[in-house]
Amino acid sequence: MNEVFGRRSSLQRPPLDMTRRALLQSGGAAAVLASFAQSPARAVLQIDVTQGNIKPLPIAIPDFLGGAADAESARGISQVIAADLQRSGLFIPIDPAAYIEKIADINAVPRFADWRAINASALVTGRVTRERGGFGVDFRLWDVPASGHIIGRSYDGQPQNWRRIAHIVADQVYEKMTGEKGYFDSRVAFVDESGPKDRRIKRLAIMDQDGAGVNYLTRGDESVLTPRFSPSAREIVYTSYIQQSPRVMLMNIETRQREAVGNFPGMTFAPRFSPDGDRVVMSWQEGANSHIFAVDLRSKSVAQLTNTPAIDTAPSYSPDGTRICFESDRGGTQQIYVMSASGGQAQRISYGDGRYATPVWSPRGDNIAFTKIGAGKFAIGIMRPDGSGERILTEGFHNEGPTFSPNGRVIMFFREMGGSDGPALFTVDITGRNEQRVPTPGLASDPTWSPLRP
Amino acid sequence: MSRTMSRTMSRTMSRTMSRTKTNFRFAGFAAALIAALAVSACANKQAEDSMASVPGAAVPGSAQDFVVNVGDRVFFETDSTELTPTARATLDKQAQWLKQYNRYAFTVEGHADERGTREYNIALGARRAQTVREYFTARGIQATRMKTVSYGKERPVAVCDNISCWSQNRRAVIVLGVTS
Repeated sequence: MNEVFGRRSSLQRPPLDMTRRALLQSGGAAAVLASFAQSPARAVLQIDVTQGNIKPLPIAIPDFLGGAADAESARGISQVIAADLQRSGLFIPIDPAAYIEKIADINAVPRFADWRAINASALVTGRVTRERGGFGVDFRLWDVPASGHIIGRSYDGQPQNWRRIAHIVADQVYEKMTGEKGYFDSRVAFVDESGPKDRRIKRLAIMDQDGAGVNYLTRGDESVLTPRFSPSAREIVYTSYIQQSPRVMLMNIETRQREAVGNFPGMTFAPRFSPDGDRVVMSWQEGANSHIFAVDLRSKSVAQLTNTPAIDTAPSYSPDGTRICFESDRGGTQQIYVMSASGGQAQRISYGDGRYATPVWSPRGDNIAFTKIGAGKFAIGIMRPDGSGERILTEGFHNEGPTFSPNGRVIMFFREMGGSDGPALFTVDITGRNEQRVPTPGLASDPTWSPLRP
Repeated sequence: MSRTMSRTMSRTMSRTMSRTKTNFRFAGFAAALIAALAVSACANKQAEDSMASVPGAAVPGSAQDFVVNVGDRVFFETDSTELTPTARATLDKQAQWLKQYNRYAFTVEGHADERGTREYNIALGARRAQTVREYFTARGIQATRMKTVSYGKERPVAVCDNISCWSQNRRAVIVLGVTS
C-alpha cells in the first residue's frame, strides 16, 4: 500500500498494512437497500476458458460521488475500477460522455431506462463518505437489463488507500458478474533492470497488479533473480548474488529484513514457497548436478527431494501441497516432471517438440504453465498436470517465466523482443487472448503475482 | 570470432595496465580487469583501433601474463558442457601456467548465453564451471585452489542478439584470486 511503500529508503518498520478484514464493513448499505429485492447472486457472464471469443460486457461506472476534499479520490476510484475491468478483457466500460442519467444519490434507484438506452449491462455507482467518522467508500452494482440490485458494500480505510479499495470493488464486480473470484487486489513483485546489457543493475521491485505504486526492495548492489511470493503475500523468496554467488534469500516485505534460506555450502537458486508457507523448495548445486531440496522455515530441517546426475530445478508445488512439478534434463533435455512433495519417483509430463522449462502450478490446480523452447522461439503455454491438453498462449523471440493471477485465469510473464529493447512484463489470458503489456517504470523481468491480499 | 574477442580484451587490458603503476595492489588490478572486460564488450571498435600502439609485454607469472599469453576463458556449444578441442588446448595451457604459478587461488566462472531460461542457465553455467574444474583436477591442480560459481545468463560480455554474441557468452572464465 501507499502508506507502507511510499517511503523507499526507510528501514524502520512501517505502519501495519491495512488488511482486507479491516477494510470490509457491511451494514449501512444493506439497510439503505432493504426495500430492494436483491437479485440472487448469479453470473451474468459465462466464462468458458477454452472455447470461443468472449464478447466483453458493456458496463457503466460513473464517477463516484464525494465532497470537495475527496473529489480526486472519488473520481480515481471509478477510473481504477474501470481500468481493472477493461484489462480483464471481459468488460468494456462505456464512454462517460454517453451517460444520460447523472447519478446524484447512490441510495436512489437509478433510471434503468437511461442505462439501457446506452446498452449498459451493468452499472456501478458509489461514493466517498466521511459519515462514518473516517474515510469510507460505498458502492452498488446494478443489473440494468433486469432493473435489479446485485450487491452493495461499504468499506472503511485510510484516504491514501483509495486505490486498494477500488481494486476490492472491482473484484466484487468481477466476481458477481462472472461467477469467478477476482484478482485485482493483488500485487506483483519483479526484477527492475537498468543500465546496459553487459552491466545490468537488477533490483527487486513491487507494485500493484495494474502497475501503480512501484517501490524498490533492494538497492541493486547485488543482482537478484526469480522473486516468488509467500502465500500470505508478506514475504518474498528470491535468488541473490550476495557475496558473488547465488543464494536463496527470504525478505519480509514490510520490514525489508532478509535472511538466507537454509545453510547450504555453495549455490542455491530457484526458490518457491509451499502453499502453507511452511517450506521453501529450491535447487542446490552439487558439482555438475542440481538437486531439489525443501527447507522447513521453522525447524530449519532440510529434505532432499531429487538425486539424479542431472539438472533438477524450477520446482513448484501443487496448490494442495501434495505434489511438485519441476524441470529436469535427466532424459537428455529440459522437460517437465511431477513428483510427490516428499520426492521419489517422478513422472515426465511434457512430450511435445522442444524443451520445457519454468513450470508453475495454477492456484486452481487445473493447469501447469511453462516456458517452451523450440525452433529458435520461446513460448508460454499451459498443460494439465497429467501433461494432456497442451496449449501455446504466446510465442516469439523470447517469452519466459509465467506466473498465475490469484484466480488462475491470467498469466503474467516477461518478454524480450531482441535488439536493443530489454525485457518487459505482459499478461495473457489462459485462453491465449487479451495479451497486454503491464506498465513498469523501466525494464522488468521475472514477475511473481501475489495471492489476493489478506 | 571468439579468439578475436579474447585477444581484443587482452589488448584493452594491457593498455589499461600500462597506465597503471607497476606496484599495483591485486585488488586494484582485479577491478581494472573487470572494468576492461566490461568496456571491451561494448567498445570493440575502439579497442581495435588502438591495438597498434599497445605494448604486449607482461611480467611472467602476473595475472596480465595469464590473460594475455594464456587466455582466461574457454567457450562452449549451445546447451553443452562438452569441451571442444580448442577449449582443451586452452585448458592445457591454463593448467600448465597455474601449476607453474601455484601461488594463485582462482575461481572458475561458468556462464550461459541468453537463449535459455534463467534457472536452468544457472545450473548450466555451474556445470560448465565444474567441467573445467574436473579437467584441472585431472591435470593435477589442487582442489583447494579452485572455487566455482555460475552466473547463468546474468553477465553477458557480448550483447548483440545473434549467434556471434551468444557464442562468446557461453563460456568459463578463470578469475585469478589472492596469491598464497
